[in-house]
Amino acid sequence: MSVATETRNGVAVSLEGLRRSFGDLHALNGMSLDMTPGELVVLLGPSGCGKTTALRVLAGLEDADAGAVVVGGKDISSLPTNKRDMGMVFQAYSLFPHMTARQNVEFGLKLRGVDSAARRKRAAEYLDLVGLAIQMDRYAHQMSGGQQQRVALARALAIQPQVLLLDEPLSALDAKVRVQLRDEIRRIQLEVGITTLFVTHDQEEALAIADRVGVMRAGKIEQIDAPEVIYNNPETSFVAEFIGSTNRLTGQISSGSASVLGCAVPLLPGSPTSGSAVVLVRPEAVRIVPADPATANATVVTTSFLGAHGRVQARLRDDTLVIAQLSSVATAALGIGQSVAVELAPVAALAVAE
Amino acid sequence: MSTTLTKPSGSTPSGPTPPKSPPRKLRAARARKQIIFRVAIVTLVVLFFFIPVISLLDFSTRLRSGGRNWVSWEPIVNLATADDPASKEIRAGLLNSLGLVAATLAIMLVLLIPTMTWIRLRVPALRRPMEFICLLPLTIPAIVLVVGLAPIYRQLSNLLSTGSIWLCFVYAVLVLPFAYRSLDAGLDAIDIRTLSEAARSLGSSWGGVLWNIVLPNIKTAIISACFISLALVLGEFTVANLLARKNLQTAIFIVGQSNAKTAAALALVAMAFGFVLLFVFSFFGNSRKGRKAKS
Repeated sequence: MSVATETRNGVAVSLEGLRRSFGDLHALNGMSLDMTPGELVVLLGPSGCGKTTALRVLAGLEDADAGAVVVGGKDISSLPTNKRDMGMVFQAYSLFPHMTARQNVEFGLKLRGVDSAARRKRAAEYLDLVGLAIQMDRYAHQMSGGQQQRVALARALAIQPQVLLLDEPLSALDAKVRVQLRDEIRRIQLEVGITTLFVTHDQEEALAIADRVGVMRAGKIEQIDAPEVIYNNPETSFVAEFIGSTNRLTGQISSGSASVLGCAVPLLPGSPTSGSAVVLVRPEAVRIVPADPATANATVVTTSFLGAHGRVQARLRDDTLVIAQLSSVATAALGIGQSVAVELAPVAALAVAE
Repeated sequence: MSTTLTKPSGSTPSGPTPPKSPPRKLRAARARKQIIFRVAIVTLVVLFFFIPVISLLDFSTRLRSGGRNWVSWEPIVNLATADDPASKEIRAGLLNSLGLVAATLAIMLVLLIPTMTWIRLRVPALRRPMEFICLLPLTIPAIVLVVGLAPIYRQLSNLLSTGSIWLCFVYAVLVLPFAYRSLDAGLDAIDIRTLSEAARSLGSSWGGVLWNIVLPNIKTAIISACFISLALVLGEFTVANLLARKNLQTAIFIVGQSNAKTAAALALVAMAFGFVLLFVFSFFGNSRKGRKAKS
């Protein structure tokens, strides 16, 4: 029987009005979250926004001052960590140094009274799932950081928990391994079908892996939606500015669109309906083309080659800096100090009052 | 006014040249000096440690007439069977000391490891006060300690017995500073918070965390704490003597009053016993490292 078929289906998880304070600091300020069975939700936010505290409250590693944790329809707020049936992968390497990879994976099974032969079999299966079957007799100090996190993932999954919790598991790894392991985590999560809460401060990681991304601010979820919705239809200026880059350009609003740099930009719900406002425009909605100095409205300040695409920074006549994401060919055609025309594509954007 | 930087005449256009390594002869002379220095240090240390040991051996076997015999060693060699007063005294003292070692180590480990672990995990603010309390016995002379302990031990004698084994309580206090330092270093070497949280999330109880995760990972520190405590308990004289209890050191003292040579021999044996134990403990401490290196 394969790991995927033998693992039970995911369960629904609800965090209801969680509050948690550390002295004067309110880490969680009435945070609520509903996760559907088998869903992967990523909590994203700046440092100190409460995302890790939320995950730790769900794991039982922190006690909430108020609110409830409901898993599979049962309130588990008062259960200790070891009774919550959750697998967790930590930011710091957490393999038990005195045990081999296999013994680490077997640890949770041993506590559940699984007999020796079954333990060995299941440990081998899960180590195989994370691609480390041939290294099962290695100790933590004989493995790379990426391998250690894979074993930690296998260890968390081997106990067949109700919920998988991932607390910035990739942040200690180098960029290439991070991308590989990120994709692998998603593959395994889909294969196993386990409800997963993933905490990170890396936007790219969040957008790449999540079914839904919850952007947190000051102990609450500011917006939770599918990655493309979060990126293209931010509901607040915080979400718009936290996810990806944005240009803050002043425009005049009338009848559902804004006039910015002479271009009409459709506005997202939640924007002001009239008057002057700041429109939050994504760099990929900005076009920069060479222009005659007489008709140009900006000057190129910097150009950066980023591989598949390039990034150009231009200064408008009113001294505002605009960032544009262009193709690498278009970027190469521009030089520093060159007069250019900055135009905006009609991509819906959020506007906020000045 | 403007200044111009001109290249000094005769300079070459090439960059700075790498520093030359010292000539071979100079390096050889430096290495010779280092070897002489090392040999001198080792010789001094060996003389410092072994002159008293050899003197003890010499004193315990030398006769006034100029010859040598092993008569003073007989109470020790025949310790298990001999019926003379010296052997009886040594036997009783040694058994008491061994019992005290076991009891003191047990109290020290049971008291310190869970407390230190708990403080690190739950109340890190208490680390400094805990350290202060544990180091306190270092600053209190044994004689002062005994003055304070005498009334307690009087009550203890009425309550339990006058047996020497109850010295384990005061010995547990005396070994605190040394054991604390060793265990603290061991706990510092592991990320105890993450490891315990990982174990808890996998279903382990707090007892399980302590037994399955903390203890195996601070094994070397425990062994080191045990050795230093053992050495202290085996060598303790003042408290036992002032509280009128019997242990190995008081036995040596008593035997020494009637037979100084046997006391010297006994001191030598006690020291050798300590060395053997050190070797055994270091062997256990290194055995895991050896296994890891092999794997």
